[in-house]
Amino acid sequence: MDKLKFAFYWAASCGGCEIAVLDIDEKILDVVEKADIVFWPVAIDTKYKEVEAFEDKYIDVCFFNGAIRNNENEEMAHLLRKKSKILIAFGACSCFGGIPGLSNESNSEETFSTAYKDVPSVVNPDGILPQPSSRVPEGELTLPTLYDTVKALHQVVDVDYFIPGCPPPPELIAENIDAIFSGDLPPKGSVLAPDIALCEECPLEIVEKKIPTIKRPYEVVPDGKRCLLEQGILCMGINTRAGCGARCIKANMPCRGCMGPTSEVADQGAKLISSIASILGVEGEEAKTDEEVQKLIDQIKDPMGTFYRYSLPVSLLKRKVMKK
Amino acid sequence: MYEPKIIGFLCNWCSYAAADLAGTSRIQYPSNMRAIRVMCSSRVDPEHVLRAFINGADGVLIAGCHPGDCHYISGNYKTQRKVMLLKKMLEQFGIDPRRLRLEWCSSAEGGKFAQVVTDMTEELRTLGPIQLETGD
Amino acid sequence: MSAATKGTKGKGKDKGKSGTKEMKGKKVTIDPITRLEGHGKIEIFLDDGGNVMNAYIQIPEFRGFERFCQGRPGEELPRITPRICGVCPTAHHMASTKTLDAAFHVDPPSAAKKLRELMYAGYIVYDHTLHFYYLGGPDFIVGPQAPAAERNILGVINKVGLEIAKEVIKHRSYGQKVIQMLGGKATHPVCGLPGGISKGLNEEERAEIEEMAKSSVKFAQFSLETFDKLVLQNKEYLDLILSDAYTMKTYYMGLVDDNNKVNFYDGKVRVVDPTGKEYIKFSPSQYLDHIEEHVEPWSYIKFPYLKGIGWKGFVDGVDSGVFRVAPLARLNAAEGMATPLAQDAYEKMMETLGYPAHQTLATHWARLIELQYAAERLLELAQDEEITSSDIRAEPGEPGEGVGIVEAARGTLIHHYQLDEEGIARKVNLIVATVNNAPAISMSVRDAAKGVIKDGTVSDGLLNMVEMAFRAYDPCFACATHFLPGETPLQVRIHRSDGTIETVKRT
Repeated sequence: MDKLKFAFYWAASCGGCEIAVLDIDEKILDVVEKADIVFWPVAIDTKYKEVEAFEDKYIDVCFFNGAIRNNENEEMAHLLRKKSKILIAFGACSCFGGIPGLSNESNSEETFSTAYKDVPSVVNPDGILPQPSSRVPEGELTLPTLYDTVKALHQVVDVDYFIPGCPPPPELIAENIDAIFSGDLPPKGSVLAPDIALCEECPLEIVEKKIPTIKRPYEVVPDGKRCLLEQGILCMGINTRAGCGARCIKANMPCRGCMGPTSEVADQGAKLISSIASILGVEGEEAKTDEEVQKLIDQIKDPMGTFYRYSLPVSLLKRKVMKK
Repeated sequence: MYEPKIIGFLCNWCSYAAADLAGTSRIQYPSNMRAIRVMCSSRVDPEHVLRAFINGADGVLIAGCHPGDCHYISGNYKTQRKVMLLKKMLEQFGIDPRRLRLEWCSSAEGGKFAQVVTDMTEELRTLGPIQLETGD
Repeated sequence: MSAATKGTKGKGKDKGKSGTKEMKGKKVTIDPITRLEGHGKIEIFLDDGGNVMNAYIQIPEFRGFERFCQGRPGEELPRITPRICGVCPTAHHMASTKTLDAAFHVDPPSAAKKLRELMYAGYIVYDHTLHFYYLGGPDFIVGPQAPAAERNILGVINKVGLEIAKEVIKHRSYGQKVIQMLGGKATHPVCGLPGGISKGLNEEERAEIEEMAKSSVKFAQFSLETFDKLVLQNKEYLDLILSDAYTMKTYYMGLVDDNNKVNFYDGKVRVVDPTGKEYIKFSPSQYLDHIEEHVEPWSYIKFPYLKGIGWKGFVDGVDSGVFRVAPLARLNAAEGMATPLAQDAYEKMMETLGYPAHQTLATHWARLIELQYAAERLLELAQDEEITSSDIRAEPGEPGEGVGIVEAARGTLIHHYQLDEEGIARKVNLIVATVNNAPAISMSVRDAAKGVIKDGTVSDGLLNMVEMAFRAYDPCFACATHFLPGETPLQVRIHRSDGTIETVKRT
């Protein structure tokens, strides 16, 4: 049987998804027996020009990680869509926008102005900013243009499958690669992870589904037995897909939602508001004054950044409104 | 000429009845609100509110029974908490939290209901039409 | 088993990458640069004689972390900042956690610090193994001008054989396993909190780490022997390492402990001048007194330099403020290694190259010496009697401002946060390892291009030799271009939990 051709590419990425692939450890040797890796900038010396010269659909499976932050990211998304039979949005950034998506609370003008002009350690009397095109004594140099709004992969090209997680758990990666080799993939558009909430995988015990009050993680030492929400620690597991083995919980820290929502939920942050508010301060709710309720709610310091930590670009509102 | 569009989620037992009463009492009030009847105000999910905004609503009204009078006993307490938390988040999104309004309106309060819609319409007129996105 | 770059064979256009081309009066582009973390391209300008006028390494990526870290609760920053880099997330996680210790005026219990340092030693074992065998090392193990399809981990596996390949994979994964046992996940660990660590070790876990550490110590020795055999005893490679094209005399910066030995987790920042004399030694909170940054329009990365010397352009020497960080620089900035096997290896290297060692490619050697130290330190900590203690959390005080510094695999990493009275981050300032090396990387790439490309002859192998100049630095351009610091006031007084007060001033 012909070897399959794989490609791995990173857009606005941290590289963690590439490392997650390596974290399948010895299984990588099985993978390279069955597949040729034709493009993988972190590990292999293939250049863009060679990818452009590939025939269309030359690549069997392309694992695309990273968000779409600038025009180069978007161009590569289109290029790799053209050259690939199957395009997989790999990791939270390409599935939902990821942590870089938090930039949607701002825009590129503010971002640039702070970085290159206002910062204390920068000495920049002429107010130089990186430019899409600049002249040096020898010729011209170009840079990609930053977008105001970070996007997920499916917001710019057609995507065949989604593997969420920040990064995707190595076990899940290995499972899915096996499925690719055996031709055992679900219908196009599927998320390749279990479709249940993290609570199912979590080792902690749910006693009464009530949040008495919200504490900051450094204010509490969790008891290691009971649901973190019930101990007053905000945990996004109730509206986050399982498949990661509840690794953060096992380190005694709460879930922050990197596996994204289950298939029934259109907007992870909105659903978290609903779930958390419904059970926060429910004990004695009939006796609380408006001020007491407001105080309880105010314990949640950063709703947007907490509930949309990984999914701001794919939320219904997508970004903060910036007056022009 | 800007006419504010309000989506009103009205609970079947109290506020929808109040709206009906305002009608049968022939109370004049702006026609800027489109009503959506729900069985309980807590049926309204933050997602519904956001969808209303992205589909062009300049303001969203959620009206339920007074605390203690909820037909389902405790639904409206949840509504209050959900709305408070959602308002906090809307501010972070650059959407004026006054565009989302929570009111308690019993089935006998037709006059109050009309006043709420009147006040809200005027406030939205001052706030201007909703503007979303405006990144690139 | 090799990576296929077969896509271009016989498929029409010959892009000149597999053969040698004549280029005069042109611009040669390497895009993207490969076998590193992050995005980059190199533009080489040739004159009419085909010789290099100048070469520029441009970083086209930029995400904006300090801007979007504003408004986030301070304790979330150790879970957000690691997304600057998924290769060195533990470095950011640890720097961030230490910054919170300072900002919340809390000193973690001794067991917590040891656990953090143990996790950190595991991180260095993983990251240095990754770099030597997967990223930079292939250039030496397989050969700098070997066909592109072989210049990677798969070519290394072919060359060294499956048994050794499995040892490489195993020890890389040992480092990750140590991180995961405390941090929950190897990539993007979560256990850091102001005042301590969220999870400790039981005896079973400790014993497992001890075994992995013992094996890693031997693996590090093996790696140094391999380097000696394949590189130092190969005259062609040794000449390359000692050549002018890859040599630069700069200042060197690194964290040192009280004995001026290399320490990754904690200590003071020490800088030596190109002759090896100590130029300055400062505490983390004083970093703004000593480091400034320069901006160019052709790259998103910024160019730090020593404030006391000043920015003189892309030049080296004692009058230029350009300094370097990362393995070679750390070994130069310190006076030795804190563990015996690493110290032996350090002495051997300095004897061979002279102190300070200015040869950029020798960074690969220094990296393996650090791998040796990290493995030995991991073992020391795994055998420490306090390491299974459950006294791992101290209660934080009121939030304020703090600075935390660690040595990432790729160099000195500084986090600086201002938290408001509710502990929400208002200003975030980051000087990230690879940024410190940006001027030096630019210069190394330029000098290497001038050194290897002559009379218009350009080939894939020669271009790879230009890339080798940056690979030695093991750059992390995702780290380097997170960038977006906020405003900080003119003067800040930092009250430390031990009662001292430091004043951080900027002009």
